[in-house]
Amino acid sequence: MIDEPKRQLDEGALRALVPRVLAGLIRRGEDFDAAEDALQEALLEALRVWPEAPPRDPRAWLAAVATRRLVDARRSEAARHRREEATHAEPWVGGPDPEEGDDTLFLLFCCCHPDLAPTSQVALTLRAVCGLTTREIADAFYVPEATMAQRISRAKGALRGRRLDQPGDLAVVLRVLYLVYTAGHAGRVDLAGEAIRLARQLTLATEEPEARGLLALMLLNHARLPARLDAEGRIVTLDRQDRGRWDTREIAEGVRVLQSALTAQSEKRPPGRYQIEAAIAALHDDAASASETDWPQLLAWYDELVALTADPLREDPAAALGRAVAVGHALGAAAGLRETDRLREAIGERHKWHAVRGHLHELGGDLPAAAAAYAEAARLATNVAERDHLIRQAARARAADVPASA
Amino acid sequence: MPKFLLLKHYRGGPEPHHPCPPMDQWAPEDVEAHMAFQHHVSELLESNGEYVDAQALTPARTWVRYGGPDAAPVATDGPHPETSDLVAGWWMIDVESHEREVELAAYVSSEPGPGGEPLYEWIGVREVMWERPRTTDPA
Repeated sequence: MIDEPKRQLDEGALRALVPRVLAGLIRRGEDFDAAEDALQEALLEALRVWPEAPPRDPRAWLAAVATRRLVDARRSEAARHRREEATHAEPWVGGPDPEEGDDTLFLLFCCCHPDLAPTSQVALTLRAVCGLTTREIADAFYVPEATMAQRISRAKGALRGRRLDQPGDLAVVLRVLYLVYTAGHAGRVDLAGEAIRLARQLTLATEEPEARGLLALMLLNHARLPARLDAEGRIVTLDRQDRGRWDTREIAEGVRVLQSALTAQSEKRPPGRYQIEAAIAALHDDAASASETDWPQLLAWYDELVALTADPLREDPAAALGRAVAVGHALGAAAGLRETDRLREAIGERHKWHAVRGHLHELGGDLPAAAAAYAEAARLATNVAERDHLIRQAARARAADVPASA
Repeated sequence: MPKFLLLKHYRGGPEPHHPCPPMDQWAPEDVEAHMAFQHHVSELLESNGEYVDAQALTPARTWVRYGGPDAAPVATDGPHPETSDLVAGWWMIDVESHEREVELAAYVSSEPGPGGEPLYEWIGVREVMWERPRTTDPA
């Protein structure tokens, strides 16, 4: 719909208006689907008209044009169906003009409706809250534009006729934002950056410490992005990263946000998953070199993390696997390997399990076992960069073993 | 311009011309050279205007078939006969001619292996059928 030419205007400013205008329309009782279509048309109109005649109040302009489109659409429909009792008699849901953070939260709740599948929640959030075009979202997920258009339209269809004034499920919103973040940096759009922007707005709208935990987690991981790949696009693992390339401003903000979340917690209300994972990321970010990593403290946080589920080996094997690495560093490689043994049944067929075993074998000085584990991990990997990295690890471990055994 | 798939295999195809161990057992510098060549091929195809697509597949394969009315799908994870072909990935190219496609497949096959020697890997070549209706009548 509205695609390329939007970039000629101040794209960031225009995009920032999308959730505010859309939230206003939906609060007024408009159907999500119809309101979103009308707003897209208004944006199209904006990029035609604004270069010549910039509006004094862009937000009000967009809202007025979108409303006119909605009325037009209803009129033609009414004329077609001779059904005058259509939707415009619906009550005004919203109160006085709300703050921007509230708009974002409200729209996030709409897009992250628990009845929608996670892929739909993500697509709809990027479209309606981030203001990305269908083409941009399609690029980010490596699917054809028509496929993504269909996914978005089905998601909007699923929301049709639902009341969207109920408080939503914040846990779902956080999960969707984390999905957006982990989808990463693809195509022309920085999804990780979008997720951070949304999480930041979310922290303005809710006191929930987990929202701040999620923002901190993203910032503390994102800070290491510049060091994560080398110039040839090869993966550089945490222990070999050039820490001078980490983004110290993001680390500082992440730590500050995390601390404000943790101080809001108490004995009765212990920190949740995102805060714990952020604390783990913060400890890594805090070490001046890999050898200065505070593994006993990391292990303590991993203990908290696995304590969130009753049966972590089955319910949260990824956390248990992370803990096994911490055990290996804090208490010795053999102890770490014993922890992974307990996970064999749950995730023994996953590449990550073998990769961690390779790391622990290497830590313990057993290079042939490390090489074999890395090779098996490579065979099971589903990401090309990771697969290549694991083959390199295997070859490196084998090559390093030659002088010792020869 | 015809489109072709240049297929790389985990196993299968004619008898290897130049048998060699799995890549994780090569010297690290040989692994680097091999991977660099794969990137170079994609870049070359793009700069030639011949690139359409490239994908890698994991070696895990499941066979699935319709189970019949009111029955669950039938799936099997193996064991598969070791003789069956197992595709590892492909480049899809859009080239002027059959000759050009043979030339490119042979170039892909010259990728460096252990010691920097060419691998002489067999590359499967398949032509992609047209979907669009022709604008002229068949002769």
